[in-house]
Formats: sequence, structure tokens, C-alpha cells
Amino acid sequence: MAVPKRKTSQARKGKRRANWRLTAPDPNKCPHCGGPRLPHRVCRECGYYGEREVMVVES
Amino acid sequence: MRHNVSGRKLNRTTAHRKMLYRNLVTSLIKHERIQTTVPKAKEARSVAEKLITYAKRGDLHARRIAARKITEPAVLAKLFEEIGPRYAERPGGYTRILRMGPRKGDNAEMAILELVDGTARPTVKDSLKRKRARKIMVAEEKAEAKAALIEEAEERAEAAADAEAPEADADAAAEDQDETETDKDDAGA
Repeated sequence: MAVPKRKTSQARKGKRRANWRLTAPDPNKCPHCGGPRLPHRVCRECGYYGEREVMVVES
Repeated sequence: MRHNVSGRKLNRTTAHRKMLYRNLVTSLIKHERIQTTVPKAKEARSVAEKLITYAKRGDLHARRIAARKITEPAVLAKLFEEIGPRYAERPGGYTRILRMGPRKGDNAEMAILELVDGTARPTVKDSLKRKRARKIMVAEEKAEAKAALIEEAEERAEAAADAEAPEADADAAAEDQDETETDKDDAGA
């Protein structure tokens, strides 16, 4: 069976992982309140999705 | 290859999953809007749409098929007498799913599943603080309703007693009323 000849060094491992990164969410502007809102989601700031949908309390 | 495999397992056994769909769909028809996770909403949608189509047919056989999925007789009646006629002109697509973003705790994407043209009021998104306050409010309302029921029953008993012996029961009735008031205070605290 094919098997690695060398143990992966710390440096090699670090170099491989150097490009792992998280992507930040990319919110749109809510058309109703102008706050950040993920696309195709009910707005968490004002509770609108087109017409009135969720009522957010304690703003 | 996963040919001809549809539906999600939702990490449940078959019986558990079926019961979950029945409960979700019954709640949806009862309240016209429910809040759940996106995968559950999508599965419940498929069951609910078929039920509404049965409701539009309206015959006894259709009603019996629908009764298999509805857990409350009153909700079955609502489905056939109210929901079915409402969608008589609509060729499918009776429900709508709105995504609400991930919930706290397990980060699961939540959704509102609602009947199109439904009468449901906007869902109230409660903070923890409000949730606790609401719990107390509901408990108080229940206690009041119970107290009112007791009072009503007492008045009826009083009226009946008065009819028989007009004078003798007046003192007893006054005592009963005092008791009801203390009950109410206990429940409210």
C-alpha cells in the first residue's frame, strides 16, 4: 500500500493551513429600516420581509 | 445512487418523524403560522399542501384521508370548513416559508411557515426577559379565568339556594366570596 515516506513537518502543515480562513457574512441593507440584513431573510432589526412579518420587541 | 429517495429523515425513527409531521401540520392549520427550523418547515409544507388539496375536494373519503394527519378533530373541521373553501381558486402553493436566520443555541436556521392569505398576526420575537414576563402574564390570566369560573358557579349556587331559602344562605355566600379573592392573590404572586 502507498504510504507517506516522511512525516509532515510543522512548517509544511502550517503552510498548507495558511489559506484556511472564515468568510464573513455579507449582509444587504434592509429596504425598510436600512439596517444590515442577510439576503432572503426576515430583517432582525425591524422584522420586515416585504410587508410586516415579525414583531421585534425591545429595540 | 439515491434515485427515488425523497424527504429528510430528521434524525428520527419513522414513527417519530410521522408524528412530528402530524403535529406540525395540525399546528399550522390551527394557528395559520408556525415557527420552526427550515428543514422541518419544508417537510411540513409538503404534507400541508396535500391536506389542503384534500380539503378542497371536501368529500367524506378525502376527509378521512386528512383525518389521518390531523391530531385534533376541531382542526380537521377548520381545515374542511374554512381553509378548503378559502383556497378554492388557488391552484396549489398555499403556504409560504420565510427564513429568519440562525437561532441561538444550536445556530439552526429558523423559518416561519404560514398559510398564504392567512389571518395570523405577526410573530412576536421575545427576548428572554419578555418571555419570562409573558409566562407570568399567562399564568395570571389562567388564574383569573379560573377565579371567574368559580365565582360564576357560586353565583349560580347562590341563586339556587336563594330560591329555596331566601334568608339563611346570605352569610354563607359572603364567606365564599372572600375565599375566591384570596385564591386570586395566591395565583397572581
